[in-house]
Amino acid sequence: MAEGSKDQGPTDPEEDSPNMIVYRKIEDIVTRIQDEKTGGVPLRTVKSFLSKIPSVVSGMDIVQWLTKNLSIDDQAEAIHLGSLIAAHGYIFPISDHVLTLKDDGTLYRFQSPYFWPSNCWEPENTDYAIYLCKRTMQNKARLELADYEAENLARLQRAFARKWEFIFMQAEAQVKIDRKKDKADRKILDSQERAFWDVHRPVPGCVNTTEMDIRKCRRERNPHRVKKSVYGVPDEGQSQPSPIHISSQPSRNPSKEDVEKEITFLNIQLDRHCMKVSKVADSLMAYTEQFMEYDAFVSVTEPSNPWISDDTSFWELEASRDPSQQRVKKWGFSLEEALKDSAGRDQFLKFLESEFSSENLRFWLAVQDLKRQPLQEVPVRAQEIWKEFLAEGAPSSINLDSHSYERTSQNLKDPGRYSFEDAQEHIFQLMKSDSYARFLRSNIYQDLLLARKKGKSLTGKRLTGLMQSS
Amino acid sequence: MTTIAMGEMEQLRKEADNLKDQITAARKAMQDTTLQEAAASINVVGRVQLKTRKTLRGHLAKIYAMHWSTDSKLCVSASQDGKLIVWDSITTNKVNAIPLKSSWVMTCAYAPSGNLVACGGLDNMCSIYNLKGKDGNVKVMRELAAHTGYLSCCRFLSDSEIITSSGDCTCVLWDIETGTQKTIFAGHQGDCMSLAVSPDFKFFISGACDFTAKLWDIREGTCRQTFGGHESDINAIGFFPNGNAVITGSDDASCKLYDLRADQELITYQDSSIMCGVTSLAPSLSGRLLLAGYDDFNVNIWDTLKAERVGVLAGHDNRVSCIGVSSDGMACCTGSWDSFLKIWN
Repeated sequence: MAEGSKDQGPTDPEEDSPNMIVYRKIEDIVTRIQDEKTGGVPLRTVKSFLSKIPSVVSGMDIVQWLTKNLSIDDQAEAIHLGSLIAAHGYIFPISDHVLTLKDDGTLYRFQSPYFWPSNCWEPENTDYAIYLCKRTMQNKARLELADYEAENLARLQRAFARKWEFIFMQAEAQVKIDRKKDKADRKILDSQERAFWDVHRPVPGCVNTTEMDIRKCRRERNPHRVKKSVYGVPDEGQSQPSPIHISSQPSRNPSKEDVEKEITFLNIQLDRHCMKVSKVADSLMAYTEQFMEYDAFVSVTEPSNPWISDDTSFWELEASRDPSQQRVKKWGFSLEEALKDSAGRDQFLKFLESEFSSENLRFWLAVQDLKRQPLQEVPVRAQEIWKEFLAEGAPSSINLDSHSYERTSQNLKDPGRYSFEDAQEHIFQLMKSDSYARFLRSNIYQDLLLARKKGKSLTGKRLTGLMQSS
Repeated sequence: MTTIAMGEMEQLRKEADNLKDQITAARKAMQDTTLQEAAASINVVGRVQLKTRKTLRGHLAKIYAMHWSTDSKLCVSASQDGKLIVWDSITTNKVNAIPLKSSWVMTCAYAPSGNLVACGGLDNMCSIYNLKGKDGNVKVMRELAAHTGYLSCCRFLSDSEIITSSGDCTCVLWDIETGTQKTIFAGHQGDCMSLAVSPDFKFFISGACDFTAKLWDIREGTCRQTFGGHESDINAIGFFPNGNAVITGSDDASCKLYDLRADQELITYQDSSIMCGVTSLAPSLSGRLLLAGYDDFNVNIWDTLKAERVGVLAGHDNRVSCIGVSSDGMACCTGSWDSFLKIWN
């Protein structure tokens, strides 16, 4: 997709809620599964002991269809996807409240589009009460309440004690309406209605898939809108208060200044020198190549991964001032890596001291420390750094180009944490191109890398660790 | 608007669109290959199978965030049960269980020094807690209040400075000592959902509900680069370990890798069988693997160079809301709405 073509926010908040995106994808799949003309799974009527079970498919059929039509290699993945579709209520087992998919002869039905979650149902407890109530009025074994449903009903009866007569009447009315429907249809509709409630009032222990991340609830442009009822009951504002964050930034049309700012930004972007994809790809590949042996998820780590072996020697080695060869090898990858490791810093400093040029590293370290200081300490520390390294006649005078020197001295008129950024960057580059390379060739480093001082024999490990990464 | 003003706007928009086209063409000209093609020659990683080594039990509600300490052993997690828990992940003991004023917490962070932790959420504030107080009690040290939207993410630069991202579309650099805003990073057109700091601490990146990711210069306070291409909210963002590339995770069920020096997207990690949004992500130490948490309760492991799925972590019973790889790369921690944290490797 071309970059920049989607630079405006979403236009229809309902359409773009994260759950809605998933619903649309699932609906696409579910529509295809049911389309017998294009290789979908045919609905069957299964004869059971005393009756017929209309309009079902088996779990196996669904898994097979998913595997074939969505190019899924792994059976576990097809089941996972199928269970996701079931968890959102688009397919459901006819004899269970738990919405998962099994890869066997278990029978499933498709949910009616009327009850699809994408219709933004937020059924109230009054609706649920009516539903449970009406279930008890119909003398059918298959409609008997499960234990948790009976408990829910008891709870709702207590909560709605005052309006129970009303709920009872609504339930009776629903039963009358249902009786008018065709018997075969009733079976299907009843199961679909039950599946709807399994999504919105899940079995205890099951995930409620209608839950939304509270950060995304802000998308509700009209959070207090009248919610539609499943059974046509007018909303009396029974909704529980939930923490809906109303966005304080209603999207507004960009002003002239906004577009002008954008143009300036785009011009900078156009003028920016960019590297070729081949070059950056090589750089990424080289980096991963170098660090693969240190990556516990791809390589076996020495001496062992403490999480697996319960042996903490790995951590002890990493923390010790006596670094392993593998650790020392990392210092050769880049100056950044060497300075990350406290032992690396120490050794590099030792080397520089032997060359009487340690002021650069000491300056760099002092500036790093300055950036971590509390604000009150900053001006004093900054002045100390200036006096030690940059002032005329400074005891550890560093070599700065005149431009950086000017800027730094200007910055110090109002000293802040970043007053020495330019100078620090300049000194870092200096160390990188000069003393760091010599450090890697020095005896101090080589002895550690090849474990010479310890009297160990050369391990023959790749000496290509000497190569710096670009 | 007057006709003249409308004409001006029209011209400006045309100019902007023209520049965008030029940039697209210029970036395309630099595409002498794709990352996938360039990586065709390197060895495959092979199936990555990580196992759960520890389960951290103790939260009573959805976990929204977790963050490793730099020592790779301690970590902090935040849950809607109103608690911030610092875990010794090896022993699974709770080092601290900090009760929060507001239970609607969305993010937490561990300072690199290990002395402080921070959290925030619907209270629009970032609260800083001192773990190493003199009397051993963990107390609120600072409450950073100024955002006009929920706090979605926060990350310490040091014990003195912290960066926050918010539902008010801005990110802010704070001085903790004085509790003041040092710099406000404005520019996103939608809620900022996540942020990550570069390895050299000079830049940070933010992902937002305007479907873009932005690279910010901490010192200058300016947006250096913007990356688009996602078709929905960016929920998660992270740096590739070398600091030269950025990885994003979105509600459009994909993750993308953008290179900073090439200033464009290099690759997308997606599969037609993955339909749920990405909530969180973390690269492995070498950057070769990308671990991403999804709304479908799984973590998928991607080979970042070849864009192939090389593993799945299935162990949570609800959405994976947060993920983190320890700094020594030895372990991955996932946190979920099922109220558990799991350590994998």
